[in-house]
Amino acid sequence: MSTTLAIEQLPEVALTTPVPEGNPVIRLDHIHKTYTMGDVEVHALRGVSLMINEGEFVAIMGASGSGKSTTMNILGCLDRPTRGTYILDGEDVSQMSKDERADIRCQKIGFIFQGFNLLARTSALENVELPMLYLGVDAATRHERAIEALNAVGLAGREQNHPNQLSGGQQQRVAVARSLVNHPALILADEPTGNLDSRTSVEVMEIFQRLNRERGITLVLVTHEPDIAEYADRVIVFKDGKIKSDHRVERPRNAAEELKNLPVIDDEDEEEE
Amino acid sequence: MNLLMIIRVAFRALVRNKMRAALTMLGIIIGVSAVIAMVSIGQGASASVQAQIESIGTNLLFVSAGAQNVGGVRSGTGDTGNQNLTVDDLEAIKREVPSVSMVTPSVNARSQLVAGNMNWNTNVTGVSEQYPDIRKWPIATGSFFTDADIRTAARVIVIGKTLADNLYPGTDPIGQDIRVMNLPFRVVGVLAAKGQDQQGRDQDDVAFAPYTTVQKKILGRDRIQIAYVSAISQDATYTAQSQITDLLRQRHKLTANEPDDFTVRNMTDIAEAANETSKTMTILLACIAGVSLLVGGIGIMNIMLVSVTERTREIGIRMAIGARSSAVRSQFLIESIVLSLTGGAIGIVLGVVLSLAIPAFLGWPTLVSMMAIVGSVLFSAAVGIFFGYYPARKAASLDPIEALRYE
Repeated sequence: MSTTLAIEQLPEVALTTPVPEGNPVIRLDHIHKTYTMGDVEVHALRGVSLMINEGEFVAIMGASGSGKSTTMNILGCLDRPTRGTYILDGEDVSQMSKDERADIRCQKIGFIFQGFNLLARTSALENVELPMLYLGVDAATRHERAIEALNAVGLAGREQNHPNQLSGGQQQRVAVARSLVNHPALILADEPTGNLDSRTSVEVMEIFQRLNRERGITLVLVTHEPDIAEYADRVIVFKDGKIKSDHRVERPRNAAEELKNLPVIDDEDEEEE
Repeated sequence: MNLLMIIRVAFRALVRNKMRAALTMLGIIIGVSAVIAMVSIGQGASASVQAQIESIGTNLLFVSAGAQNVGGVRSGTGDTGNQNLTVDDLEAIKREVPSVSMVTPSVNARSQLVAGNMNWNTNVTGVSEQYPDIRKWPIATGSFFTDADIRTAARVIVIGKTLADNLYPGTDPIGQDIRVMNLPFRVVGVLAAKGQDQQGRDQDDVAFAPYTTVQKKILGRDRIQIAYVSAISQDATYTAQSQITDLLRQRHKLTANEPDDFTVRNMTDIAEAANETSKTMTILLACIAGVSLLVGGIGIMNIMLVSVTERTREIGIRMAIGARSSAVRSQFLIESIVLSLTGGAIGIVLGVVLSLAIPAFLGWPTLVSMMAIVGSVLFSAAVGIFFGYYPARKAASLDPIEALRYE
């Protein structure tokens, strides 16, 4: 198996848990990323090898400058590795052109960002329909799937609201719905709770856990908050452009259980429920 | 993603920013409507000059006493009291030039006309009986005076519509008496109404009498300042012009070195000159209006550039969720084309309305030209593409990672 080979070539990376059996969605093989800033070469990634299987919920952690954001950009096909191979859902995407990567992002990747990144002055429904627009889905199906996705994140009845009429948590749920609609092989969440208060963070994590457990969606979450990482099944820690540790979480926190014990904050959208 | 979707996305983006879209379009609206209105004014002027010239007759020639001004220097004897254009000259032209069909002198006398207790001041023009045919001016009632009236210098007069209305309100002027400079005349005919000319002068404020009568009884001298000559056809005007020149030089005993002491001009030249003038005017007006269209286009480019910068994050989002560069480029390009074409469409409506309103408010004739409309549509589409391309390319070339980080 090539993965075993790759790990043998990298003695400094120690896998604390064996990779579980299953279909690999992500396979990174000796990924290097070097930025040239003027005369200085910055080595953001120095040989990262990694395998993530279908249905995994993985948290990527690390201090700033550890290479986690660069990894995220490469995983999301927003950027290309300088060296190494990246196989996403069976396809080698490491040397793809800009347009090819746009198509891959459209078909296989759902994005969730820290700043929500919804289109302003655009209804929740239209925001969720957007990825399907670029995939060329017809209007009726688009509408149907967008409604379904908004229901799945608990936003039924909020379809016509614009982002500025929604709370932060609700906006992030619209973003989650948007990431789901094209049935991607992978959902990437970059600091999804960074702009949210603790209760709303737990709410979002609850949605993630539910999507992962019930639908088997592969989730990769980048965070610098250790307590958020504990909701994932596996935590990968980056340091200095390399993987420092990769371990399974024995007993992940259960967001649904915690929500029951958290006091309900009285705000307008809670009242409606 | 097909074109229809891109157009919808572009429309939505514009609707989200209605005020800005409207103001940007205003530049194109003003430009297009100005081009259409200006071209309409030009074409209207051109058409009315043309119609006027045609009504005078394109086979018409003018023979006038004195030489033309050349470079501001008056050469030849000109209007110095010499009787250098005479009735005999005109008789000779009529008799000896085969390409000439009709001739009439035209002698003006500013006169006071009195009919009963009404009086009127106008030009009484002495002409020959061929005048109505040469000028293509039909008689409304009565008849024009005859060859016999010319020979006998009869005191008969044909009046224009304005005189008929003012001197004989409610009665038939035919056969009525009229006093011209205290001499009794008889009204024999009323000319058909012509209305105002290009300069707004009333062309019906006229009276015609036999030239012999005007020369002998009103002016008391037999000089002729100008004569109208009708060539047998429009094609014959140039032949007629040179033949008349040769004949008059011979009759005036001018040697080869002496300049003409008369001027022969033909209507075709005048028509062409007038045509040239109005064409130049139309082009000039269209160019000035075109500048405003160009400014409108630059306005679009400016707004599109602002829009691209302002929507960097949106572009980043669209790219991250799978928009190709070409989709982003098309979106912005189509936004700018939609802006310019919508502006163009509104501009056409406004331009046509203006063109139709100008005659009512300013009294200028206008002619809405299909060419100006089609031209404006094409031009505004071109403006949209040309001025939208650079901002669209800028948007498409953004890096999604950078764009997403943009605050």
